[in-house]
Amino acid sequence: MLVSAAVALIFFWVPEDADQGFSQKIFYFHVPIALTAYACFGWGAWKGLVHLWKRTPEADLESYVAIHLGVIFGVLTLITGSIWAKASWGVWWTWSSRQLVLFLVLFLFYSAYFMLRFSVEPGPPRANISAVYALFGVVLIPVSFLAIRLADDFIHPTVFRPSGPNMAGSMFFVFCLSWAALLVLAATLYGIELTSKRLDASVRELREALE
Amino acid sequence: MRRYAQDVVALTRKDLLLELRARDTLPAMLLFVAAALVVFHFALPGDSSELAAKGLLWVALVFTALLGLVRAFAAEREQGLLDGLVLAPCDRSAIWLAKALAMLAFLVLAEVVALPLYSLFYSGVGWETIAGVALADVGICAVGTLLAAMAAASRARELMLPLLFLPLAVPIVIGGVGASVGPSGGRYLGLLAVYDAIFAIISWASFEYVVTE
Amino acid sequence: MIRARGLSKRFGSKRVLERLDFELPDGGFLVVTGPNGSGKTTLLRLCAGLLAPTSGELEIANDRGRLGFLAHEPLLYRELTALENLDLYGRLYRLPERRERIGMLLERFGLWRVRNERAGSFSRGMLQRLALCRALLHEPELLILDEPFNALDVEGAELLADQLEELRPRRTFLVATHDPARLSGLASARLALA
Repeated sequence: MLVSAAVALIFFWVPEDADQGFSQKIFYFHVPIALTAYACFGWGAWKGLVHLWKRTPEADLESYVAIHLGVIFGVLTLITGSIWAKASWGVWWTWSSRQLVLFLVLFLFYSAYFMLRFSVEPGPPRANISAVYALFGVVLIPVSFLAIRLADDFIHPTVFRPSGPNMAGSMFFVFCLSWAALLVLAATLYGIELTSKRLDASVRELREALE
Repeated sequence: MRRYAQDVVALTRKDLLLELRARDTLPAMLLFVAAALVVFHFALPGDSSELAAKGLLWVALVFTALLGLVRAFAAEREQGLLDGLVLAPCDRSAIWLAKALAMLAFLVLAEVVALPLYSLFYSGVGWETIAGVALADVGICAVGTLLAAMAAASRARELMLPLLFLPLAVPIVIGGVGASVGPSGGRYLGLLAVYDAIFAIISWASFEYVVTE
Repeated sequence: MIRARGLSKRFGSKRVLERLDFELPDGGFLVVTGPNGSGKTTLLRLCAGLLAPTSGELEIANDRGRLGFLAHEPLLYRELTALENLDLYGRLYRLPERRERIGMLLERFGLWRVRNERAGSFSRGMLQRLALCRALLHEPELLILDEPFNALDVEGAELLADQLEELRPRRTFLVATHDPARLSGLASARLALA
């Protein structure tokens, strides 16, 4: 509901920026989606830490679901970022968008998380390894950002400089609303996926108990 | 503290001794890096800059390191030997440190061959490159050893390690190439140092959890 | 020293141990029997601390320095000699008089003359003997042995039986075996897995 409210506001209430065109509208999605993805990865890493530290039984599943969601939002970041690049500069990809490059690296990293998870038998070793990897991921985010920033400065002299718009009051409000909406969406999806996975596990246990 | 050091020394000696006897990892790394440098010559178009070649040096180093890392826990995995080490009263992180140090030794030896070869085939190698290589080696071995232990637990084994390692290697490559090629290489060396410090610490701290239940 | 209540272990969807209850007091000798695949090795690995239970309670000794474990695999580096293998473990277990102790054990198990040969060249029986040396090296108080008589020839089996007799009074044992009759004189309790 919040999301539709945000979408509506973005498309109708902020016409003042019509002169900046469609690309401006994408910004209200792209950056909050990126921030939500970071939040998911952070939450996943936190749950991983909880698993390692307190051995809470549910923590591994929660970590996995959070990261899964983070990857989905990450892919959306890449897509919306690509659309923004096309709208702003006419190219589908540019190495000078730090956000985009960072998300590409993170996408590769977290995709490997799933490959890792699927290639290890379910059990304590898999949970431990996943948790450690999730922690590595969350540490990688700032380090990569720093690295990519440095790479930008020299290795790839910038042709396009993506600059966030200077946000006036109403724009800032819509931005925050959009971000809040996405966070709520993420939390909802998280809850849904978690419940569905728990149900799966319960059904499986019941089936085994009956055998 | 002293016991920890003794454990690490005992384990590193073991790894170096194993390589001396088996002689499979290091020669492969040496041959690979030489072959890679040759192939790169053919991969570079005629008018390529020195900068492009420097970039490829780093590619060669990262993949050579991967070759070595894939074998890092091979003996332990094939013969179930990790159990023996995990059961010992020593700190599990000592296992990581010893393995990382052994890997570092192999990587440095490979570079002792690779860098002169690079100078011969392409262009000279300045002190910034060497400093970059030294710092990068620490990061590669620290992170790589931990990831190798993870990969050893997976069914996919050798295939898993490059997938896990390459995204984490991105800052290393950036730092290394920047140091080799940039006018202000110092900043990139700083990046490498930060990477090393952060990732060495979390690798050291989390190894225990990767090898135990 | 070891106590289990409702101990269960599952690997993925495969259930290996189901709600096991048993107790191994200090000085006890528990023999675990059961057909192949009944979970003997899993149980021993749980008690050694190599595996974590899926559910239930398991109290085990926490001091790794006082645990001697004989696994299914010999846990020896094939490329290292018998002496080098034992020297490595001797260092890791902080043995005070390493060389003497190693020498004595190698001699006790009839391996002194092959001490400088690579473990990879040993027969299965010799490997098992060397593995026993490794398990006994640091004079552990708790000995967890997974089918110790496996692969041993008559002479080796006798050596092991003598060693167990000698060590019996001062230590605690958890032994999995196919051949419980051999240990009937030493055992204080039996645990049969389905």
